[in-house]
Amino acid sequence: MSNKKAIVYVRLKEGVLDPQGMTIQRAILNMGYDMVSSVRSGRFFELEVTAGDGRVESKVDEICEKLLANPVIEEYRVEFEG
Amino acid sequence: MKFGVVTFPGSNCDYDAYAACRLIGEEVDFLWHQSAALNGCDVIILPGGFAYGDYLRSGAIARFSTIMKSVVRFAENGGLVIGICNGFQVLVESGLLPGALMRNEHLRFSCKFVYIRVEKTDNPFTLECGQGDIIKIPIAHKDGNYYNFQGDLDELMKHNQILFRYCDKDGQITRQSNPNGSAYNIAGITNRDGNVVGIMPHPERAVEDILGSSGGLKIFESVRRAVKARVAIENA
Repeated sequence: MSNKKAIVYVRLKEGVLDPQGMTIQRAILNMGYDMVSSVRSGRFFELEVTAGDGRVESKVDEICEKLLANPVIEEYRVEFEG
Repeated sequence: MKFGVVTFPGSNCDYDAYAACRLIGEEVDFLWHQSAALNGCDVIILPGGFAYGDYLRSGAIARFSTIMKSVVRFAENGGLVIGICNGFQVLVESGLLPGALMRNEHLRFSCKFVYIRVEKTDNPFTLECGQGDIIKIPIAHKDGNYYNFQGDLDELMKHNQILFRYCDKDGQITRQSNPNGSAYNIAGITNRDGNVVGIMPHPERAVEDILGSSGGLKIFESVRRAVKARVAIENA
């Protein structure tokens, strides 16, 4: 048994309109930074997991697909630490 | 017949839905989110509000509540289910309806009267409506922007699953009458079988003229007629 940290990044799929990102990008332009051409927003989760039976990666995938991301509009990426 | 109105922690239109059912003279039970019992209800209403605080995404947590397991089974067996506003969000999250309800295009919470057009009348929830009827009805949401990929939208059209679309007061489907950026001005859809309906506007808040409109009443009267017709068939 060991403890790991699963870091989950969720973001909108390519092609899905992100009005929040667009609004943030406009704000950045208004701040005077003209080199930012696009902003995509997303979410970030840290899961402390007990890695017992070696299937922890696929279980975290299940959690992402069922709960943390909405597969209709979002995609996710998981990184493990520890 | 009996309606059932689900109360999640954070539901805030459950009493309005309850009152609408009572107004048409029907029996109605509140159904608690932690219970699995549907109490023999003929129609389940998932009301508006902010179930589980809308944490993560609107409807994402509510979907895993005890009552929803029963509601999904009920729907899969042909039971009549309508999700209103937050209830619609719960239905798409639970996979009973296709697509997703994203943040409004303009990013603001919108609370106002709009017009919707009835796109089909052979659904249990629109039997009492006329084709193309225009209903004045309030919206109150921030995540009502119906989204789906083009191929899935085509499927929705092909199977005639669009029930209501935002329109102007003359029934024209225009960009200006779309309050949230929804694809094809979609305000309400059904599943393929037609027994599960999701609608972003609030019919339960438009059941008496003193509320500004009574146009929502027909949705409740329609489903009552559908249930009574079913019962008549079963008893024949």
